[in-house]
Amino acid sequence: MESIIKTKDLTIAFGGHVAVNEVSVDIPKNQFTSVIGPNGAGKTTFFNMLSGQLTPTKGQVFFKGEDITKKSATERARIGIGRSFQITNVFPNITVFENVRLAIQSRENVRFQMLRHFTKYKAFADEAMSILETVLLKDRAKALAVNLSHGEKRKLEIAMLLALNTEVLLLDEPTAGMSLEEVPAILDVIKQIKEEENRTIILIEHKMDMVLGLSDQVMVLFNGEFLAQGSPDEIMENETVQAVYIGGSQDDKHTSEIGTD
Amino acid sequence: MIKTLQKSTWVYLFTGLMLVLLPFFKDERWFLFLMIQIFVFGIFAMSYDLLLGYTGIVSFGHAMFFGVGAYSVAITLDRFEPSFMSLLLGIVIAMAVGGLIAFIAGILTLRLKSHYYAMLTLALANLFLVLAEKWRSLTKGNDGFTFQIPELPGGLEDHRNMVIYLFCLVSMVVIFFGLKRLTESPLGKILVAIRENEQRVVSLGYKIMPYKVIISVISGVVASFAGVLYAISIRFVDTSVFAIDMTLDALLMTIIGGVGTLVGPIIGAGIIEFAHHYLSELSDVHWIFERWIILFGILYILVVIFFPSGIVGTINHKLATRKQRKKEDEQSDKLAS
Ligand SMILES: Nc1ncnc2c1ncn2[C@@H]1O[C@H](COP(=O)(O)OP(=O)(O)OP(=O)(O)O)[C@@H](O)[C@H]1O
Ligand SMILES: [Mg+2]
Repeated sequence: MESIIKTKDLTIAFGGHVAVNEVSVDIPKNQFTSVIGPNGAGKTTFFNMLSGQLTPTKGQVFFKGEDITKKSATERARIGIGRSFQITNVFPNITVFENVRLAIQSRENVRFQMLRHFTKYKAFADEAMSILETVLLKDRAKALAVNLSHGEKRKLEIAMLLALNTEVLLLDEPTAGMSLEEVPAILDVIKQIKEEENRTIILIEHKMDMVLGLSDQVMVLFNGEFLAQGSPDEIMENETVQAVYIGGSQDDKHTSEIGTD
Repeated sequence: MIKTLQKSTWVYLFTGLMLVLLPFFKDERWFLFLMIQIFVFGIFAMSYDLLLGYTGIVSFGHAMFFGVGAYSVAITLDRFEPSFMSLLLGIVIAMAVGGLIAFIAGILTLRLKSHYYAMLTLALANLFLVLAEKWRSLTKGNDGFTFQIPELPGGLEDHRNMVIYLFCLVSMVVIFFGLKRLTESPLGKILVAIRENEQRVVSLGYKIMPYKVIISVISGVVASFAGVLYAISIRFVDTSVFAIDMTLDALLMTIIGGVGTLVGPIIGAGIIEFAHHYLSELSDVHWIFERWIILFGILYILVVIFFPSGIVGTINHKLATRKQRKKEDEQSDKLAS
């Protein structure tokens, strides 16, 4: 299978603590890959190295065969790697609408225009509203992002990622902290993206049931180490994975969630 | 949205027109001079707010642009004959030098954490102050120097203060509308995003540095122009134009009027200049009024505590919440309580 993102010995240490240790994986193109692992396994850190927020101590990241390890986060977003953040990371004191509009403006390459009024780009505004509608946030369009509830901020994160319209979408626990009634709608949005052509989704998630239903591939991280990769069924049957999850389940809420499913 | 925007534009234009007519009713020298100061510092404070309010860049050395502008025009008019050509040349030099300094300072430090920019600008402004004190052949040191400005044609020369008043007013209005367009352009929107969350701007695929450098240069050029107007209006320049007080005044005006707005700094300039004028007159009553900087210190603290978003910001906020409340009431009582 053709891979779109590839890592080689990807390693990062914070001080003495190795958060991700020599992870070499292939992420298949146009597939849905989930990344699972207990708290502190290094999932978010791994994402940060794919999207360029963090520079690895060692190893490389490849995108469509090209070494992008030295590319900045800005460049990676432009070549087609978009992401959402686990810890909500929006523009607090501007409107929800404007948060999304800014993402569209970047995608459309309107970067140094300083003479025209921003409302002249009406297509951006229309698209921003329609994306907000998709994520059920339309009635909050005029609110400041800082005034959103936690669940609403999560939706805004997804809206901004959708607006970027990148080939690769990195989703870091998109439904964490949402109320139960909100989750299905967001899952629908993610399923819709999955159906589109030329979309590679990589999703970090704790809820195992969700991962199994959606994923083509599952990859397991544990203590910064790469543990296993395969179809959902293969992962469920994998003995090492089972050992890790069952072994660590007593004192870890998230892990037990995965273990019991 | 477009409609309210146009409404505000009309309000601004109307206010501008009123200000044009004002000196025909009240043309005492001190009053014209006070108004000119407001226009000059309104421009200066607006340029400061581009950095502080819009982009989130803290500068402690903004006075250096003001000073460079003032000295550039003063020296040009002093060295060459005081013609309109020299004036024009002085303005061009002022803005070019101001922009260049802003560019260099920006390239050097805007990549680093924000306090480095604050510190470097502070140090640079001090360097210019010392330079102006020591380079006596050019600046006449601490004493400063007076200079001639071009003579106005015909009967206008008799109404020179009025002409300067109008020139400064028109400059302020033009700059106001220019900067308003800038802040409401796609680029202006990115500046605000940078203020809000740099990391997020990057992950959307924007770079940071070009924007910070661009706005730093624009701000520097505008501040230099304010310095030009200042020097022309008093026909004198000395090292005080480089003093930290100038920067603090701009900061104070911006914060009192409203950070992140353009009307705010102008209103702030009006308040500070009027307060300065009337409080100094009260110095016979009590010595504290002579130390108006103490009063401003107190005012500053009060504003930061009670109106952290300044006058314009507080009004905007009140209007927005009222609108919101009205809408919620209309919709249903679902959201009430
Ligand atoms: N910037 C940082 N500085 C120091 N340590 C860090 C940093 N970022 C992550 N770590 C450490 O790296 C390890 C992996 O963290 P990471 O956030 O990647 O885990 P995770 O798998 O995403 O966990 P969770 O499920 O809780 O989100 C943790 O021990 C964390 O404390
Ligand atoms: Mg994480």
